[in-house]
Amino acid sequence: MSQGRRPFGRRRKSCPFSGANAPVIDYKDTRLLQRYVSERGKIVPRRITAVSSKKQRELARAIKRSRYLALMPYTIDQ
Amino acid sequence: MALYEHIFIARQDISSQQVEGLTDMVVAVLEENGGKVHKTEYWGLKSLAYRVKKNRKGHYSLLNIEADHAAVAEMERRISLNDDIIRHMTLRVEQHEADESIQMRNKNRDERRGPRRSDNDEGGRDDRRRDSKPEGDAS
Repeated sequence: MSQGRRPFGRRRKSCPFSGANAPVIDYKDTRLLQRYVSERGKIVPRRITAVSSKKQRELARAIKRSRYLALMPYTIDQ
Repeated sequence: MALYEHIFIARQDISSQQVEGLTDMVVAVLEENGGKVHKTEYWGLKSLAYRVKKNRKGHYSLLNIEADHAAVAEMERRISLNDDIIRHMTLRVEQHEADESIQMRNKNRDERRGPRRSDNDEGGRDDRRRDSKPEGDAS
């Protein structure tokens, strides 16, 4: 990162589900979905993961389906 | 006719042969009502993320279906009457996955890597006992 020009903040990350060979959001793919839930099992807001809003809706739907099928937990209790 | 994906989870206490029997029953119901089943997948006995009807594990099966709504409704009715099936979900999809689903791929890869984990992975009460020992991992 060039100093001086950008004193604050980092460059905006682009959506991980857009562009060429982006992964397909699938409720069966728990390994992929696991990356978008917190340690407690909550869905991570897109301002942190930089997922586009369209893909975030798709992602949330997939996570909820996966939870219903007990592939993913609703909550993780410590 | 529309395309559907159907997943059902069977009770942990039944054998994989019985799960096969259940799958055959579901396929038979669909075919009686003019539907087709393009593919069935048996994912094996997987541990559930939370307890469902007092089960800690369940047999997962996936079916790729091409059928009318009436056939699917009849199948769902029959499944909800079956006590061995603890949960099920039918989803309308635009396209079926051409090759096997990600769960199957993961399973096959794990088996190739050797039965290190999956060996100890049977019997619900067994893993609770292992919890007290430090080596039992949280997953």
